[in-house]
This record gives sequence, C-alpha cells and structure tokens, in this order.
Amino acid sequence: MTSLAPFLVFYLGALGVALTHGLARRALMLVIPLAGALNLYGLSDGVMWQTDLLDYQLTVVRVDQLSLIFGYLFHLATFIGIIFSLHVRDSVQHVSGLLYAGSALGAVFAGDLLTLFIFWELLAITSVFLVLARRTERAYASAMRYLIFQVGSGVILLTGVIMYANETGGIAFNYIGLGGLSSWLIFLAFGIKCGFPLLHTWLTDAYPEASETGTVFLSAFTTKVAVYALARAFPGTELLVYIGATMTMFPIFYAVIENDLRRVLAYSLINQIGFMVTGIGLGTALALNGAISHAFNDVIFKGLLFMSMGAVLYRTGKINGSELGGLYKSMPWTAGFCMVGAASISAFPLFSGFVSKSMVMVAALEEGHPVVWLALLFASAGVFHHAGIKIPYFAFYAHDSGLRPKEAPMNMLIAMGLAAAICVFNGTYPWLLYSMLPWPVDYAPYTIDHVLTQCQLLFFSALAFYALNIWGLYPPELRSVNIDSDWSYRKGLPALARWAMTFGGAARRGVLVRLQRRLERFLKEIYRHHGPQGVLARTWPTGSMAFWTTVLLGVYLIAYLFVTG
Amino acid sequence: MTQKSERHMFDDPKNVRRVIHILYGLCALSLLGDVLVHRHVEHPWEGLFGFYCIYGFGACVLLVLVAKEMRKVLMRGEDYYDD
Repeated sequence: MTSLAPFLVFYLGALGVALTHGLARRALMLVIPLAGALNLYGLSDGVMWQTDLLDYQLTVVRVDQLSLIFGYLFHLATFIGIIFSLHVRDSVQHVSGLLYAGSALGAVFAGDLLTLFIFWELLAITSVFLVLARRTERAYASAMRYLIFQVGSGVILLTGVIMYANETGGIAFNYIGLGGLSSWLIFLAFGIKCGFPLLHTWLTDAYPEASETGTVFLSAFTTKVAVYALARAFPGTELLVYIGATMTMFPIFYAVIENDLRRVLAYSLINQIGFMVTGIGLGTALALNGAISHAFNDVIFKGLLFMSMGAVLYRTGKINGSELGGLYKSMPWTAGFCMVGAASISAFPLFSGFVSKSMVMVAALEEGHPVVWLALLFASAGVFHHAGIKIPYFAFYAHDSGLRPKEAPMNMLIAMGLAAAICVFNGTYPWLLYSMLPWPVDYAPYTIDHVLTQCQLLFFSALAFYALNIWGLYPPELRSVNIDSDWSYRKGLPALARWAMTFGGAARRGVLVRLQRRLERFLKEIYRHHGPQGVLARTWPTGSMAFWTTVLLGVYLIAYLFVTG
Repeated sequence: MTQKSERHMFDDPKNVRRVIHILYGLCALSLLGDVLVHRHVEHPWEGLFGFYCIYGFGACVLLVLVAKEMRKVLMRGEDYYDD
C-alpha cells in the first residue's frame, strides 16, 4: 500500500476545502483527518522521501514511536476542532486551520532539521490567519506581534541549523544536547514556540484574541510541536527541569487575577507545558513517558476548556469573568463538559490528567529534585484553583449575570462531548495511551496512595477557594489588563523611541545643519568646474584635437624607431 | 434578556449549603485516610500527617494572597495598550 506523507493529506485536503462549499465542504472536512489517520496507520516505522540537497540528506518523513503518537494526537485534535468549527462560514479559517494542522504534522515527522525549519515557519504563517479571523483591530495588532515572535523563532532556528550543519557535517534531527552556540540557538528557537518564561507573551497575547474556533486549533499544535522537538533533541537537559518548574509556577499567579477567561486558559496552558518541559529535562523513561502522555491529555482537555469558553463567547459575545456568571441555567451541557475538562486538567482520579502528570512528579522525586517536586505540587494545587474552579465558577455559576443565552450549537456540543469522553476514557483506562508511548510503561497510576494524596490536595484546595471567598479575600474579577513581560515591547520600547526622538531632536537638527552646509560647499565646487564658466565645460575646437593627434602619432613613431633600432 | 421565572438548582441556598457540606465531608474523609492508610513515601516531607491537605490549602491561600499583591503593581486599565 502506498502511503502519502502525513502533512500532504492535510494540504491536499485544504485545497479541496478551498474549492468546495456547503455540504460537500463540510463532509470533506470531516473526512480529511479520518483519511489522514488511516494513511498514518498504513505507514511503517522508518524513513521515506529521502533526497539529497547539496551535501546534506533531507528526510521528509521519519516514523517512529515518538513521532507517531504526536501524529495520531494531531489527527484527533484536528477532527475535534473541525467538528467544533463546522458551523463557521469562513473559508479562511477552515483552510488555514487545515494547513496549520498539516504543518504541525510535517514538523513532527521531519527527519532532518531543514525540513523541520520549513514546517516551523509554515506553522507560523498558516496559524496567524486564525488570529486575524477575529477581524478586530486588537486581534490584528496581536496577530502581528505573534507573527514576529513565530517567524523570529524560525530565523533563529535556521541560523542554529546552518551552524550545526557546519559543525557536525549533518542535519539529521536527533539528539542535539546543549553544547556549542548552534545548539543554544536551536534550543532558544524551540523555547520561544514552547513559551519559555519571558518568551511566552506571544501566547497569552494572541490566543485569547483569536476566533472562538481558532483558539481551539492554536492551543493544540504550536506548543506541542515545540514539546516534541525538545523531547527529540534535548531530553535529559537539566536546565529544562528548572525552566519547566518556573513555567508551572509563574502563570498561575497571573491566571488568578486575569479577567479574560480565555487568557486564564492561555496562562494555564503554559503551566501545563511546564510539567512536560520538566519531564523532558529529567530525561528518564518515566519522566519522558509522563511528558508525552501529558502532552496528549493536555491537547484534549485544554482543547475542551477552550471549546467551552469559545461556546460561551459565541453565544454571549462576552468572555470576561466580570461580565459572566449563572450560565449553567441556560447552557447546562456546555457547563458540564467544561467541568469534565476542569476535572481533567486538575488531575482528579478517573480523569485524564491524573494518569499522566503524576509520572513527571514521581520522576522529579526519584531523580532527587525535592524542591522542584514541591513547586510542581504547588502548581498542581494552583491549576485546580484557577483552571479547575475559577473557569467553570465564574462563567457558569458565581453571581447571576442575568444572561440567558441559548445552549451551544449541536456541532459544538458533539465536539465537546467527544473530547470529554476521551478525557474520561484516558483517565479510567490509561493503558491504551500507555501502550502508544515510546518507552515501556512501568507505572501504576491507581494506587491507594496516589488516589488518596491527590484527593487530599484537591479537596483542600477547593476548601481554600471557599474559605477565601467567605473571608472576602478572594480577588474580584475586575475589568483590567495585567502587564507581563510584553510590556517591554508594547510600552517600554515605544516610550524609549519617543524619548530618543525628543532628546535626539536637537542633536539631529545640529547634525542636519552641518550636513547641509557641507553639501552646499560640495555643490559649489562642482559648479565651479562643471558650470557654464567651469574649465570642464569649455568647448574645444576641432583643430586642437587634430594637433594633439598628430603629436601623439609623432611620439609613437619616434618611440617605435628607438625600440626597433 | 428574557426573564425566566423557573428556579434553578443553585437559586436555592439550601442546595449551595449542601454542596459546601459535601466538600467539608470530603475533606474530613480524605484527612481520615491519612490515619487509616499507611502511605508509602518517596520523600520524608510526604510522610508528615496531613501533608497534602495542609500543602494544598496553604498553597492556594498563598497563591491568592500573592496574586492580590501583584495586582497592585501589574494591574492597568482595560485599554492600557490601546492608545
């Protein structure tokens, strides 16, 4: 059976979607990820589409356990995302969504760094349309900042890859590890897309500005491709343990005080990626299995949470916690699905987060990182607090906003239901997921210790939420913006530029005056030589030319006589 | 918005109280678990009685209090970036 490269199915599908409309288009959109998954099933381990480029070997498709699980995950995420966006009448979103998913597949199956770079940039370019599709001025500005970060990451990657190729003589995409400058550049490029601290603002900036359905796609691919890339090239890099732990910690503080509920989810997305990055940094089989299985679960439950908030935004036109509340009354199904997502991200027993996150935490203790373990535990309590309770509470319960929107459209409910079912399935029967992991799994999630301690952590976190509310200590949802490191380029740099303009104004004028004087002198000099009275502008009589020619010939004749004589 | 007269589950304070009581019960039950179950621990801190309960509660209180302080420094008007 001849198989296509996984990304090609999606690219061709996107072309088909662009050319069709109505029912045919919707049917085609649903078929694409299914056909893609079937195609993927037919692929055997190994490499295909190898070709030589100058001195280097390109490997467009490399199939192994690690790329395969991300491949299946991306097909699943696309399928759910497509169902969720089936009601949308916007070709741009459908086509770019499919191209974006295809690019993510291209990146995880890339066997060499140059192919990876190409899909790395395609990820950026195809996804930006999902932000632009919101068609607001704010989204446009946000999309431009997003694009600069994403393309910048690609440029850094390419620089690193060229240097790496020079150093090692090859561009195979395998273990790299931190060493020379080239590896640091590649690491940095991965880090930007992964949302490393201080490099994360493109995510919390753009994801909440995208369209209701666009955010569901966005949350699934870019960061997970980066997680895959780190797991491939930098497993066991100790620095990642600390970066990851930081990523789990700082966003939860922002999430508590953030009003835009999709931005809360964006912060909690970084928090979850922190667990994966820590796992990759620990580098043991248990930790890497934990990181990858958590990436799988996260795509589904974070997608589910973004879908539920997308449905709220779609029905009410509002997404700020301060303007919502009481929606369970008219959107009970959405509220229910949201709570399944909340339970999953909080790692409640029987829900998906429970079976994957703990692998990373156990590994942190086993590898002798008790402080990191405490940080992860803190973040686990915190994630329940802001994503597990805050999201459903402020949207669907809390004070009654008086809004009585209709329940989400049927296609949205089906998509959310499917994601919720996967959350529960993976939580109750994790062994199918475990069997897809790259390393053999020697981990039992359902021990009495694990269930008990996790319940203690979560119940008492919930108690804290209630107590803080009773004591009047819980910060109210306020219409506000919280400044983050993006302040540096959204306010700091422009302010610096304005200051430079005012301060530099006088100096600039001085320089200009001097330049002008010098230019005038220069022009005067030219005029003196080339002007009407200038020596170079005089006309010369023909006679003088004949005279000089005669002189020249005469000199030539005499010289000739001397030389030959 | 249409004003519906039908009452919903949490319009009745009794139901809210019921949820709170269930939460109290679950907390007490899970703490009791520490007495009944001899937990295997990887690290000595874990072995302390009620460690996960205290840590979970403390972490959340600390999280919220610190975040509230952060607001004083970080919070700006909604159109801060728009001008």
